[in-house]
Amino acid sequence: MIADVRAMIWKEFHELRQGGGRGKYAPFILVLIYGVFFPLQAGRSWVDSYQMVGFGLGVSVFMVLSVVADSIAGERERHTLETLLASRLTDRSILVGKISAVVLYGWGLTIASLIVGLIAVNLSAGNGHLLLYPAGRAITTVVLTFLLCVLATGVGVLVSLRSSTVRQAQQVLTIGWIALIFLAVFGVQLMSPSTRLRLEHRLSTAQLTTVVIVAVLVLVLLDVLVLAINAARFQRSRLILD
Amino acid sequence: MLEYAIQTDGLSRSFGAVHAVEDVSIQIPAGTIFGFLGPNGSGKTTTIRLLLGLLEPTRGSATVLGFDSRSQASDIRQRTGALLEHPGLYERLSAQENLEFYARVWNLTPAERDTRVKELLTHLGLWDRRGDQVGKWSRGMKQKLAVARAMLHRPSLIFLDEPTAGLDPVASAALREDLSSLVAREGVTVFLTTHNLPEAESICDLVGVIRQGRLLTVDSPAHIRTHGGEQKVEFVGQGFTPAVLDALRLRPEVADVAASNGTLTLALRDDRPVAPLVRLLVEGGCDIEEVRKGAASLEQAFLALMERDA
Repeated sequence: MIADVRAMIWKEFHELRQGGGRGKYAPFILVLIYGVFFPLQAGRSWVDSYQMVGFGLGVSVFMVLSVVADSIAGERERHTLETLLASRLTDRSILVGKISAVVLYGWGLTIASLIVGLIAVNLSAGNGHLLLYPAGRAITTVVLTFLLCVLATGVGVLVSLRSSTVRQAQQVLTIGWIALIFLAVFGVQLMSPSTRLRLEHRLSTAQLTTVVIVAVLVLVLLDVLVLAINAARFQRSRLILD
Repeated sequence: MLEYAIQTDGLSRSFGAVHAVEDVSIQIPAGTIFGFLGPNGSGKTTTIRLLLGLLEPTRGSATVLGFDSRSQASDIRQRTGALLEHPGLYERLSAQENLEFYARVWNLTPAERDTRVKELLTHLGLWDRRGDQVGKWSRGMKQKLAVARAMLHRPSLIFLDEPTAGLDPVASAALREDLSSLVAREGVTVFLTTHNLPEAESICDLVGVIRQGRLLTVDSPAHIRTHGGEQKVEFVGQGFTPAVLDALRLRPEVADVAASNGTLTLALRDDRPVAPLVRLLVEGGCDIEEVRKGAASLEQAFLALMERDA
């Protein structure tokens, strides 16, 4: 199975190298925007504050959503899925290969953006000193972005399997992601003052490590759930009939 | 070696109220080229999907290369190559990358991969264009590449859905030659669907005709030609009076009678002897100078089968 997954990843990366339908240089442009423009705007606080964690999480989801629809719905739209299903590859190895490629792409570009950001901040605001992300924060970002990439990919696969075209899948995913952000922002605004106070109190008194561990556990749980649904849904007999 | 590469018994598949494939029973000997003929939407592609185990039959069973399509589908796909309805090529990848991907899928070693990819691309005249993105290619070139992909891992059985669609006559002829030599050299079985009846006639050992999911006949092209279609006989001469023509129409073997400008054309049912008709004409006072007997082409036989079943 490992060789089969590797073959799938090889193919997906060769397609992504051509921009995954978004142009050959799309990955470099994305890294330049997220890894140079935003860190330069933030200056030294890019390294000192928690904004790079939030940024990393947001970017990782965006990176994943930009390619997952093309990988799944695109295979059907371009009539390559049936030939793939007629090969010796198992459903599981096709799915795992595709998910792995998208996660590695999204996560890799997010990490690359953060590294480029660090270099940009050092060049612009380093003043001769080497600025580094605090180790704990860097590890937290790496772990959380990975788990979030897996979750976003899993959701992307489910949406793409139900969409007839890449564009439709991309629209649903983008609108869904924006809606989720709005829901979080306005959800807090819409809370009763007492509930909001209780939440703020709980967060301010909670240990940061505890918050991170809870976030990791929740993400792991969601990842497992979404991947299990993916495995149940990604089956030859169903895909052919779709 | 297996006697039959494919055996189906009452194979059926329905989609709701639509019977896409109904009670299809065929036996395809190993090492032969089988042509599956039928109009659009007759169930050819569904049959291929059933044989590859991509769809489960509603009723009946299929054994492909000795494996049950329902429970051993992965064993079937392990040993078969397929060019389905669409070429199924990754258009952003180059020709070489497309083949390399499938070579990886079929677990070819890096050395085998390089040799086989070069061999196939060179053979099909695509080697010089190996680095081009496939999306920029013509339909015919894509089709050739898709055929190469189906043969890449030297499978025992190849399914080809309209393999020569979009190919120029030279490329079509070359592909037909390739298929014939592949069967002769390596004992590969080929299951192909085509609308090109002369093509089926020239390369297929066995032909199946399907219509609305039901198999109308399975036989050699020669047998289908002689038994499936009407045989035409032309008599050149004089004296084809209305009385003689009426006498001919009463004969059970005569399906149609037409006379004009000293030529009498008869359409005969099945492969019946012509001598009794010649005798009838002579006894009726006709002067016969020439008799031309022509067997129906596979195309005529196919159309006759379709008409008869309609």
